[in-house]
Amino acid sequence: MTTTIETPNYAYPARSRGRRGMSFEKAGWIFMRASGVVLLVLIFGHLGYNLLWTPGGIHAIDFGFVGGKLANPFWQWWDVLMLWLSILHGSNGMRTIVNDYVHRPRTRAIALWAIGIAAAVLIILGTLITFTFDPCPPNADPALLPSFCAEL
Amino acid sequence: MSKTASSLTLPDPKPRTTTFSGTLYRGNEGMWSWVLHRITGVAIYFFLLVHVLDTALIRVSPEAYNAVMATYKNPLMGMGEVVLVGAVVLHALNGVRIILVDAWPWATRNHRPLFWVVMGLVIALMAYFTPMHLINVFSPIEGGH
Repeated sequence: MTTTIETPNYAYPARSRGRRGMSFEKAGWIFMRASGVVLLVLIFGHLGYNLLWTPGGIHAIDFGFVGGKLANPFWQWWDVLMLWLSILHGSNGMRTIVNDYVHRPRTRAIALWAIGIAAAVLIILGTLITFTFDPCPPNADPALLPSFCAEL
Repeated sequence: MSKTASSLTLPDPKPRTTTFSGTLYRGNEGMWSWVLHRITGVAIYFFLLVHVLDTALIRVSPEAYNAVMATYKNPLMGMGEVVLVGAVVLHALNGVRIILVDAWPWATRNHRPLFWVVMGLVIALMAYFTPMHLINVFSPIEGGH
C-alpha cells in the first residue's frame, strides 16, 4: 500500500511564493551553515595547534604560551573570529532547542533572554580582552611571561 | 521529482524488524544523527561558556591563568578532553553531512550511508588525536614554565 498526497502545494517548498526573500529564521538557517564551515577550520586549527602540534600539548598551555600567541595579530583575529562565530552559532542552536522543548511562554522568554545575555557578555568580554591584553604585564614574575618580554 | 507533478506518491515506510520486538521507536541513521548533533551541540555550548571565562583570566594575572590551566592538566580532565574533542569532531563532520544533505540531491538520497561515512571519519580522526593527547596528559611535567 502507498500513501498518495493529492495536489501537493509544492515542488520546491523553500522557493514557493511567500517563502522567498529573507526572514530572521532563514538568515539564521544560512548563518548556521556558513559559520559552521568556518568554525570547522578555525576550531580544528585551534585544537591541532594547541594540543597536537605544539610539543607538550596540554602541558605546554600556560600564560607564556597563550600570551605569546595573543601578541600576534594573526592569532588575535583567529581567536576573535572563533569567539564571535562560536558564541553566535552555539547560542542560535540553544535558541532552537529552547523553542523546541520549552512550551510555557514565560519560562521560554526567561531562557531565551538568558542565552542572549550570556552571548552578549561573553562576546564583549572576550573581544575586549583579546585586544587590550598585555603579554608582558609590569611587576609580573618574568619566569611566567613569554620569552620575548625579556628583550623589552 | 518533477516540478509539474500534481500528486506525490510515497511508499509506506517499512518498519525494520529486529531481534528485539518492543514498541520503542529506535529510528534509523537520520534520527540518531539528529540526536547526536543536539547532545554534542549542547555539551560544546556549555564548555564554550566556561572556556571563554577561563581564558579571560589571562587579563587578570599570569598566576590566575596558570592556576586554572593546571586543572585542565589533571589526568581525569585529560580524558574528559578526549570526549570533548570527540563531540566537536562529530558535530563538525555531521554538520558537513547536514549541509550536503540539504544542498545536494545525491546526498539527500544517500544520507544513511553518509552517516556511516561521518562515523568512520570521526573514528579515524580520534585515532589520530587520542594517543597523541593522552601521551601528553600522562607525561610527567618537565621543569617549570
